[in-house]
Amino acid sequence: MKKTIIALLCLAVSLPIYATDTVTVYSARKEHLIKPLFDAYTEKTGVQIRYITDKAGPLLARLKAEGTNTPADILMTVDAGNLWQAAESGVLSQVESEVLNKNVPAHLRDPDNQWFGLSIRARTIVYSTDRVNPEELTTYEDLADPKWKGRLCLRTSKKVYNQSLVAMMITRHGEEKTRQIIEGWVANLATQPFSNDTKTMQAIAAGQCDAGIVNTYYFGRLQQKDPDVKLALFWPNQDSTGVHVNISGAGITKNAKNRDAAIKLLEWLSSEEAQQKFAALNMEYPVNPAVAPDAVVSAWGNFKGDDLNVAQAGKLQTQAIKLMDRAGYR
Amino acid sequence: MDLLLEVNDLRCGYNNQAVVDGMDLHIAPGKLVSLLGPSGCGKTTVLRAIAGFEPVTSGEIRLNGKIVSSPGVRVPPEKRNLGMIFQDYALFPHLTVSENIAFGLRHHTARSQQQVVDRLLELIGMEGYGKRYPAELSGGQQQRIAVARALAPEPSLLLLDEPFSNLDIELRERLAVDVRDMLRSQNATAIFVTHDQNEAFVMGDKIGVMNDRRMLQWDTAFNLYHEPNDRFIADFIGKGSFLRGELISGETVNTALGRISGNRAYPWPEGTPVDILLRPDDVLIVEQSPMRCSITDRAFMGADTLYTLRLEDGVELLSLMPSRYDYAIGQKVGIELVIDHFILFPLEPIVETAQADQKLPG
Amino acid sequence: MHDITPNASALRSGKRTGLFTGQLNKWHYASGAMALLVAVPLLVVFSGWLQPSTDIWSHLAETLLSQLFINTIKLVIGVGLGVMLLGVSLAWLTARCDFPGRRLFDWMLMLPLAIPAYVMAFVAIGLLDFSGPVQTALRDWLGAGNFWFPRIRSTGGVIFVMVLVLYPYVYMLARTAFLTQGRSTLEAAQTLGYGPLGVFWHVALPMARPAIVAGTSLALMETLADFGTVATFNYDTFTTAIYKAWFGFFSLQAASQLASLLLLFVFLSLMTERLTRKRSDYHDTMRSGQTPRFRFQGWRGWSITALLGLFFSLAFLLPFIQLCLWAFEAVSKELDARYLGLLYHTLVLGLLAALVTTAGALVIGFARRYQPDRLTSITATTATLGYALPGSVLAVGIMIVVTQVDSLIHTLLASLGNPATGQILSGSVFALVLAYVIRFMAVAHGPVETGLSRIKHSLPEAARTLGATPPHVLTKIYLPLLRPGLFTAMLLVMVDTMKEMPATLLMRPFGWDTLAVRIYEMTSEGEWERAALPAITLVLVGLLPVILLVRKTLQDR
Repeated sequence: MKKTIIALLCLAVSLPIYATDTVTVYSARKEHLIKPLFDAYTEKTGVQIRYITDKAGPLLARLKAEGTNTPADILMTVDAGNLWQAAESGVLSQVESEVLNKNVPAHLRDPDNQWFGLSIRARTIVYSTDRVNPEELTTYEDLADPKWKGRLCLRTSKKVYNQSLVAMMITRHGEEKTRQIIEGWVANLATQPFSNDTKTMQAIAAGQCDAGIVNTYYFGRLQQKDPDVKLALFWPNQDSTGVHVNISGAGITKNAKNRDAAIKLLEWLSSEEAQQKFAALNMEYPVNPAVAPDAVVSAWGNFKGDDLNVAQAGKLQTQAIKLMDRAGYR
Repeated sequence: MDLLLEVNDLRCGYNNQAVVDGMDLHIAPGKLVSLLGPSGCGKTTVLRAIAGFEPVTSGEIRLNGKIVSSPGVRVPPEKRNLGMIFQDYALFPHLTVSENIAFGLRHHTARSQQQVVDRLLELIGMEGYGKRYPAELSGGQQQRIAVARALAPEPSLLLLDEPFSNLDIELRERLAVDVRDMLRSQNATAIFVTHDQNEAFVMGDKIGVMNDRRMLQWDTAFNLYHEPNDRFIADFIGKGSFLRGELISGETVNTALGRISGNRAYPWPEGTPVDILLRPDDVLIVEQSPMRCSITDRAFMGADTLYTLRLEDGVELLSLMPSRYDYAIGQKVGIELVIDHFILFPLEPIVETAQADQKLPG
Repeated sequence: MHDITPNASALRSGKRTGLFTGQLNKWHYASGAMALLVAVPLLVVFSGWLQPSTDIWSHLAETLLSQLFINTIKLVIGVGLGVMLLGVSLAWLTARCDFPGRRLFDWMLMLPLAIPAYVMAFVAIGLLDFSGPVQTALRDWLGAGNFWFPRIRSTGGVIFVMVLVLYPYVYMLARTAFLTQGRSTLEAAQTLGYGPLGVFWHVALPMARPAIVAGTSLALMETLADFGTVATFNYDTFTTAIYKAWFGFFSLQAASQLASLLLLFVFLSLMTERLTRKRSDYHDTMRSGQTPRFRFQGWRGWSITALLGLFFSLAFLLPFIQLCLWAFEAVSKELDARYLGLLYHTLVLGLLAALVTTAGALVIGFARRYQPDRLTSITATTATLGYALPGSVLAVGIMIVVTQVDSLIHTLLASLGNPATGQILSGSVFALVLAYVIRFMAVAHGPVETGLSRIKHSLPEAARTLGATPPHVLTKIYLPLLRPGLFTAMLLVMVDTMKEMPATLLMRPFGWDTLAVRIYEMTSEGEWERAALPAITLVLVGLLPVILLVRKTLQDR
């Protein structure tokens, strides 16, 4: 027994020694959404990819703590706010890559090129096809109208997706107006906020409320499981700012040991070859304009997305949270 | 003869508080001795210091001439070749009787272990119990196993810490005799700690009486009873009463019952107020005697009856009479004193050499 | 292993020595070392105070804090009362009474321990919320709005779920306490005219108090540290504020400050409990046979059986079946060869953590046994604090310490001309196991200490007079006699380790995914059904030690 333990410990200690043609990724994007692409890349190039997955906060704390010793080459997260924060705390580095600049539209990457979007996630309105006439729906802001009283379901304000949405609204409308809108939402809630989008949609489908705000891929998943679900997506703000979009994306760490290999990986992920799959795995939208979304996703229709730089979400995140707290949006 | 155990000027304690102080104890091989005293007198601490569980703040303990304990020195218990029997027996509940007895024999072969175990089971009269677990045995049986276990490694010295206090009286007395005979048959050397004088008398060739951290007297049972050198001992051991008086000359005391003389002289000044120790067998009830008193209580004890007598001035005495003499409570009787051992205690301590001389003979 | 020090006698005579007696001995160092192990990452947490984060504080104070406090207090009171009530009464029923099926319930009632709280939470919500099958079926049957149904996403719901998964701590410890209570004491009470209830209230319960308190404080520490369950309910507690400060405001400092307040509260509560607790250093006399049980026969017995059956279905059977159904739906998509790896990692980490943590708890237990002064009490309490801290915060604290040590080693090696990798400890199994040890010391501490307190001091002393050296005493006397306690400690730590999420996520070596990691990956994306498969695997793997534990405690009777 003792020997086994010692052997295991030795093994454990020797594990972190890595070969040079290995790229290390800290990812807040879940394993099953990245592994198929990493596997494909390894098959194609022979470059090994190691990764750990966790929430963005702990990963960022780990990067900071490890400093120059970090094994991570790439930090991948699922929200522009998190990427903005990573850049802000100085763990990312600027990357000048023509490929990335070409593949990723300017509003979906850091103005300083410290991070790049890899997929687009649209946060839009979902409604019950039984009880809502799509003509009732116009904008996010309109959901604050008293006519939605007792008909709205929302996910918790603690989720970064909602924080980004509100941050964008602050940019557009200013703090005061935004607060009124949020207060309107809260006043219209049919039940207290849910812990995730799926629950929100299930509540709408079950008749607890009539409309809500969710990321499209959650809708896609629900639809896959239950094709007859009486829900539909609505693209709001088409006459003004467009649908709120966020990204999942990545940046190269400041102390990357395999910077070039890591940049190559990012470039490949943004390429036409990878984009379709990257987005399709989670029913998201590709960032690369040359790549069309997956057929399932396309079926939901085209929409005009917000073209404000997503970095704005990070900058105003704190302000957005405070605003939602004050408005009583839990 | 070489001494097996020497305890010299031992002091134990912590936080500047002595639990044992100025203790001396010398034991030759083959002796059974008792340490007797009320609870809290420090006797168990002495035993534990000898065993090596308590550190020593001054003085020393030697076993076979070698220092095993002194300030800063403490040979661990397992290196002392001692056996100890605990008040709660401390049998290992997860081991069988045989395994318990064989516990101290781990350097023996399995065969020789078995021989020792068998021999000891026979010695304690518990053949056939080897496979049992301690929880399946009665208190007395557990006690015997504890003795056998301690004897198994043939320790040079056996320490017994109130080993019978958890047993009922009848069993206690019988077992004390049994254990003593077992120890004698093994020619063991043992120190036996108890607060029960009867046990101490049964077990020990010599008995040390302790009180308040100190050894008061080291003597035979007979002498402790008849010739106590300390008022505490006189009180603690056996029954007895004190008769107040005033020293007239070395061997004569003036009391309420008249002048009483004894067979020895005390070197204290004339007029020293003293108490005479009267054992119940020193006081005889003699109808015609001029010393009158009344019987206030009686305790029938079979062969004898113990009477409590009250003198006219209220002093109480005890008298032990064969039970064929029968007196009733309230009856007025006369008494006579037959004092073989004339023991006096001054009312106030006398700062003189006399007391110091009587200290331990060693 | 040990020496009898003067203070052993002090303990025997029931005296408590002062803060310390002026001299530090090896027990101080030993327990101090364990405390240091836990304290260093905690200090990192406390060091958050070095950087003020006033605007976050003022924002929280203005908006949420009072509500969070109220919620947290409600939760602590509710869960505390709930686990005590359930744990103690179930323990009394199975340990001291007899009714049809008692032997079965004996061990079945421990099974909910294997269900992670966050899994129970998502099952409860999935099952009982408005859109869940229960309410849907009721609506189909009775029509919407024609019936009343309790709101599951509410204070009551959170308490309900937490009590269901946390009561086994109290149940287990109280049960052992009831089983080991001396027959004579209980019989004495019966001869004095007390019936089953009277004996329970006036004798058994007070005697079991240390065990009940120990179990309840474990449950409450877990409640205070919990994030997964309350997040699933979107119920805001003090930990919500901690995570909000960190993930929302990106201020690890403010999060640390909040966490350190929580910790201070727990430390003070634990110390108060320790110092007011009567010296419970009683040793049971030899077991004098089986204490007779109170028999419930006929309809009374069967109604107890029915009640417990209902309870067991609620606490284990129903969630288990629901998980099975979900897992069945997702099994084709989810189950693959990787599960072997997940299973292997889960088991190895659980086993390693169990061994090391229990060894550490043994050291602390010995220190408290042989050096029962206030200093040891403080260090021992400190060493158990890791359980009260939200997992992620503790994980980051440990992470920071480990990486600092790494960079020291790195600098050292570099100065010796050896440009080695900067990662020696961090990202190794070693660091992860260390994290588990720090987190779960409290869990192992209880059973080990209770076990030690049942060993009379005279036993090791007798062994030594029989020539046994300290290592011998350890292996021949202590370990065999402590086996039930050590076993309980190891299994509890193992189950807890296998369920642990935040530290595993942050500190696992590359590729060392466990079942808990898999559950996280799925639930954080709202994929409940796919999370069910790893969850049920985890429950099944967790059942192994629980069943072992049960069989063990049954044998010990």
